[in-house]
Amino acid sequence: MTLPSLAIRSLANRRFAIGLTVLTIALSIALLVLVEQLRSEVREGFYRSVSGTDLIVGARTSPVQLLLYSVFGLGEATNNVSWESYQALSGTAEVAWAVPISLGDAHQGYRVVGTEAGFFDHYRYADRQPLEFAHGARFDDLFDVVLGHQVARKLDYALGDEIVLAHGTTRVSLQQHDNLPFTVSGILAPTGTPIDQQLYISLTAHEAIHIGWQNGMPRPGANLSDEQARAMAERLTPDSVTAILLGLTTRAAVFGLQRRVNDYRQEALSAVLPGIALQQLWRITGLAEQILRVVAALVVLSGLLGMLTVLLTTLNERRREMAILRANGARPLQIAGLLVFEAGLLAAAGIALGLVMAFAVQAIAAPWLLSTVGVNLAVSWPSALLWKLLGGIWLAGLIVGTVPALMAYRRTLADGMQVRM
Amino acid sequence: MALLELQDLRFAWPGQMQAVLDIDSLRIEGGERLFLRGPSGSGKSSLLALIGGLVQPQQGSLRCLGEELTRLSGPKRDRFRADHLGVIFQQFNLLPWLDVRANVLLPCRFSKRRAQRAGPAADAAEALLRGMDLESELWTRRADQLSVGQQQRVAAARALIGQPELVLADEPTSALDTDRRDNFLDLLFAQCEEAGSALLFVSHDQQLAERFDRQLDLASINRAGAPS
Repeated sequence: MTLPSLAIRSLANRRFAIGLTVLTIALSIALLVLVEQLRSEVREGFYRSVSGTDLIVGARTSPVQLLLYSVFGLGEATNNVSWESYQALSGTAEVAWAVPISLGDAHQGYRVVGTEAGFFDHYRYADRQPLEFAHGARFDDLFDVVLGHQVARKLDYALGDEIVLAHGTTRVSLQQHDNLPFTVSGILAPTGTPIDQQLYISLTAHEAIHIGWQNGMPRPGANLSDEQARAMAERLTPDSVTAILLGLTTRAAVFGLQRRVNDYRQEALSAVLPGIALQQLWRITGLAEQILRVVAALVVLSGLLGMLTVLLTTLNERRREMAILRANGARPLQIAGLLVFEAGLLAAAGIALGLVMAFAVQAIAAPWLLSTVGVNLAVSWPSALLWKLLGGIWLAGLIVGTVPALMAYRRTLADGMQVRM
Repeated sequence: MALLELQDLRFAWPGQMQAVLDIDSLRIEGGERLFLRGPSGSGKSSLLALIGGLVQPQQGSLRCLGEELTRLSGPKRDRFRADHLGVIFQQFNLLPWLDVRANVLLPCRFSKRRAQRAGPAADAAEALLRGMDLESELWTRRADQLSVGQQQRVAAARALIGQPELVLADEPTSALDTDRRDNFLDLLFAQCEEAGSALLFVSHDQQLAERFDRQLDLASINRAGAPS
């Protein structure tokens, strides 16, 4: 069949307008693909961060809030969990492991997490992968600190460097724990989760740097020296922690334990299943996602309408072309087919180019997203749903092509042998 | 048997009351060169569209090569046109974005019969182009880079490829000056003869008429008359 080659040469003759049309479609497709890919990848990224944790326990609050401040470093805890509750929970039969975390300090805008060595044993990310050290080892001395991968990379820290923690989680902190500097003992391997954005110290150290503090301020003259702090730390038990990550012996126990924690009479606590809290989060972000999707769909629609405009405006100029083809034996149906073929070709080229553009943007944006939000954006193959959507858009392009085709068809029937123009 | 025979033909464009053509009889013999004089508005475009099978008469018979065109379906008439007719317009005959040779080969894309009769298509195209006095360096140029006279000769070569039985020419010389016009006719006649094609040449230029086998006045055979 040589009609397609005619169509392609005719398109090549109009390459400027056609190129712009393809670009318009490509941009709209790129936007659509990005919205869809980001949506699924961001969700995937959030799920990656909580893959090994069965329950998160904190002071009574909304599940989404607890999840966000305990794991993702977004927002602040309003209340703490008492040390007694922590001990009671970790002694429960169904609990395989319990890792406390204490928040509230930061280093140059990165959050400092006070926890126990068990954190490095039990925390899992992605497909239940354990944490690994790129350099050094977990904290051993009281004033050792372990750095997340991005923290070490961005701030250019190496093993043995001394750092000072700041009180409060804001980037500019007025209160520094500068009387008690920490030494970097280990740097974690990259995980593509918020782990990379955090610093880890022992729970005891977290207590020690706050000895003598009240209401977020050091009492005058209460600044301890290194030796004093070490001596006192021997006898130190924390009053409270911010949240507790739990792993259960059997997942079947999760709902029962959750109910017991929520009904715990000694203290008002919340236990959340990370997966379910994320579902709730998606329900909140769902509206914004829908709006983005609608916007992307409208942009695609305008891309297709742009194609229709170009095809229709050139139709008049091409009337003579159609008449020549017709006089030389082309059937009206073949001429209509030529136009539909053109539209299909343009739509396909736009979709292909749009996919390439979307992937390029993803590849470029991935490192930036990882370092700013801590979400790892894998450049993944589009989902079956997205392929179906793109297929649907291509079909819509063909349908758009039938409009000029129909007009050309009727015109060639009415024009007779020669265009009178 | 006549190559083309019209009888009692009446035609009005769709949506119009007034017939533009009302012809008792018109015959063209195989290989004949017929000059049909027709000023603009005399119904010549309609006649060519009818013979080309692009429109259907409301009444009458139109036989070509023993086939009654009025009984054929639209696609069959298109097929018939592609197989048996070559067409040359007044001007703008060529697809500007195709090269000269591809333009000449265009009918072979739409008609297997023409492609078969042409034999090796590229050779046939080149022979015709040479026959129309077009040098080989022009063959690979885009059609819109040629002069009007050259374009008309390319159109003639295209109309003749695959040896159609009938060539319809609608004022093909009106855009040419006198010298070129005579030269064009010489070449066209020679190539029609070679291909064995009859030629229906519609023009208002009486000076050309002498050179044809036969001449006819459309106004004299068309009872519908010219409105203008």
